[in-house]
Amino acid sequence: MSTRKHLVATLSAALGLGLLPAQAAADMAVNAHSATAFWGVSAEKFEYRYSDSDEKLAVIESGAWYGSDELKFRWQFEGEWEEAHNAWETLENQFLAQIPVSEFWDAKAGIRIDTPEGPDRVYGVLGLTGLAPYWFEVDTNLYVSDEGDTSVDFEAEYELLITNYWIVSATFETLLAFSEDREIGVGKGINSTEVGLRLSYDLIDRSFSPYVGVVHERKYGDTADLARASGGGTEDWFAVVGARLAF
Amino acid sequence: MTKRLIAGAFAMLLPIMAWAGEYDLTVDRVTIDTGDFKKQGIGYNGSSPGPVLRFKEGEEAVINVTNNLDETTSVHWHGLILPFDQDGVPGVSFPGIPPGETFTYRFPVAQAGTYWYHSHSGFQEPDGAYGAIVIEPEGREPFRYDRDYVVQLADKHPHSGDRVMRNLKSSPDYYNRQQQTVGDFISESREQGFMATLRDRMMWGQMRMMKADVEDVQGFTGLINGKGPEQNWTGLFKPGERIRLRFINSSAMTYFDVRIPGLKMTVVQADGNNVRPVNVDEFRIGVAETYDVIVHIRDEEAYTIFAESMGRSGYARGTLAPREGMVADVPELRDAPMLTMADMAGHMNHGDMDHGAMGHGGMDHGSMNQGDMDHSAHMGGTPEDPFYASGSGLLPKASNGGKFLSYADLRAQSPVFEEREPTREIEMRLTGNMERYEWSIDGIKYEDSDPIVLQYGERVRFKFVNETMMTHPMHLHGMWSILDVDAGQWNPIKHVISVAPATTVYMETEVDAPGEWVFHCHLSYHAAAGMFRKVIVEGGPEEEVVTGQAETQGGDV
Repeated sequence: MSTRKHLVATLSAALGLGLLPAQAAADMAVNAHSATAFWGVSAEKFEYRYSDSDEKLAVIESGAWYGSDELKFRWQFEGEWEEAHNAWETLENQFLAQIPVSEFWDAKAGIRIDTPEGPDRVYGVLGLTGLAPYWFEVDTNLYVSDEGDTSVDFEAEYELLITNYWIVSATFETLLAFSEDREIGVGKGINSTEVGLRLSYDLIDRSFSPYVGVVHERKYGDTADLARASGGGTEDWFAVVGARLAF
Repeated sequence: MTKRLIAGAFAMLLPIMAWAGEYDLTVDRVTIDTGDFKKQGIGYNGSSPGPVLRFKEGEEAVINVTNNLDETTSVHWHGLILPFDQDGVPGVSFPGIPPGETFTYRFPVAQAGTYWYHSHSGFQEPDGAYGAIVIEPEGREPFRYDRDYVVQLADKHPHSGDRVMRNLKSSPDYYNRQQQTVGDFISESREQGFMATLRDRMMWGQMRMMKADVEDVQGFTGLINGKGPEQNWTGLFKPGERIRLRFINSSAMTYFDVRIPGLKMTVVQADGNNVRPVNVDEFRIGVAETYDVIVHIRDEEAYTIFAESMGRSGYARGTLAPREGMVADVPELRDAPMLTMADMAGHMNHGDMDHGAMGHGGMDHGSMNQGDMDHSAHMGGTPEDPFYASGSGLLPKASNGGKFLSYADLRAQSPVFEEREPTREIEMRLTGNMERYEWSIDGIKYEDSDPIVLQYGERVRFKFVNETMMTHPMHLHGMWSILDVDAGQWNPIKHVISVAPATTVYMETEVDAPGEWVFHCHLSYHAAAGMFRKVIVEGGPEEEVVTGQAETQGGDV
């Protein structure tokens, strides 16, 4: 398993940081009038969570992309490192191709590889990401695992500008499974919700925006039962401190 | 003795030879210091902006450009009428100037007035590769002045052009720090009521459009002749003099509203061509436009040249003073304008149908808003500027309540081209998708587009239909753009036509220059995103006899 993790990390690093700038520069030189290929590296969440039940987590949600208006390649990373167990509770890498399908929406397809502590999973991903009316940023995906289980996640974010530098962002995430995958603690039906509220300040452009906030996580139904059975909690309040990063 | 005489004669000749229009330009990496920040950039002969190139109408210009960069460069002579292979657009007019090489530009100077030059490669121009051109006319000018200064405006950004473009592509509002906040909501609620304010926000939110979307790239320092507001470029004068100020907007993205508090300005040229003098208190200069104004200063006072960006996110400042070191008050920036539903009309008319990237060439959305807009653009006489949508949030007002220059005020000093019916009309819908930072013409980006093919000898009427919420300064290379202000043969001739949101503007072009040219929005990041076209002029003097065309080519009359 550790070699696989290593592979994923290497792949991610190569995709995210190595090849991209050089390729972008080469493309720019080829055509003096149109800038056609771009890249970006960012971390929406790079934070430390401290729960009311003394749980301590480091959470990273980051990604990199390279491509044109018509086709982007995207790597998304999501990790939750739990201090008590000294282990990755969540470790997820997605490799996606993304194309525009309407003025405000993109479709994406690819693969998701989960390699956390415990059993691994590989999923096929079909997703939709974009901007809904009233400025809600929405991202939703359908996953089909190598075990044949199907699930859907949904994320929405709204940014409220206190000033043009102090920004409150409200996030909502949920996971819904169409079948049970007991091994990884997924029950049928609504698995969990995560609601977050973060107050950030754009310290350096939009590259470095430190924030503080609160996050509420809750598990439901069978998933909650599975969590209880393995000795975990089903509801947590976290205080979070971190930064949004973009390069 | 004879030797010395010859040497003397030679020395006397030297300045004349220099005036004969030969220049050496090196393209260099330079450090740009705006007073607010220092950055690495690109300049000419070791500085940005480069030197002012002075020519005389009728002579031959010879410019040896040596590329000291490690990338290809080019120099485009903005607004000059010249053979297409001297126009300096890499990949269209010529291959570009490779690193370490020298390219000699050579062309007859067929016009007079104020122009400028800049790199046409990548983002070298926003990175600092620009300078001014001043061409002295052969004959007398129809106005008098005692001295003249170039006043070259720029919007110097701390980020490189590549970085700005990449950030805009990642997040189109990356640089917009004028977005509406909770505080704005509260203060607006107090004035207009909570429900009205909420309805307003819901309406814009529903469309996913921003009222504050006036300037894509904020965070710049406004420069005059390379100097930031604190460095205060100063032009000296003697009381009683008439001073000709040659305003050039060499910004990457920024329109400026220019005034000199306490002085009336007489506009005498627009884009290098004489216009009937118009007295104004303030004028808006689009990206890549030039305006020459004359100010008459009688007293021994200092005056501030104040150029606020159209979105009020920054300003350039300089001083006219009788003595070095004298300064005048620097005004505060006025409140930022907000777009209105009127500015949105062009976008709403085609709504969600235009996906830019998806390409859908055939649909004609422009015709839907045609009636209304054409009407407003030709009304004249109405108190509102016909070159803005009726009710536009961008409609400029002079800070002292006086006269603000409009395109509608511009009249050619004397007719340059014979008035005739256009042979055909070409519609250009200016299109885009702000959320994706895609900009296009007729919904098609440059890399997916076919060239616009024109026939030598025809007169084409271009119809710009702006379906976006941004203002686009459209620039045709190689041939004059005759702006339709409904004045027939007195329509002014320009090289940049600014098209405000949700308006339709017409220009006509006498197709009198064979070869391959380009036609594009002069906002650097819009052009690079695809609001750009190649233009091919087929035929030419050898193949076709066109009377009266050749001699009307010159600009200034």
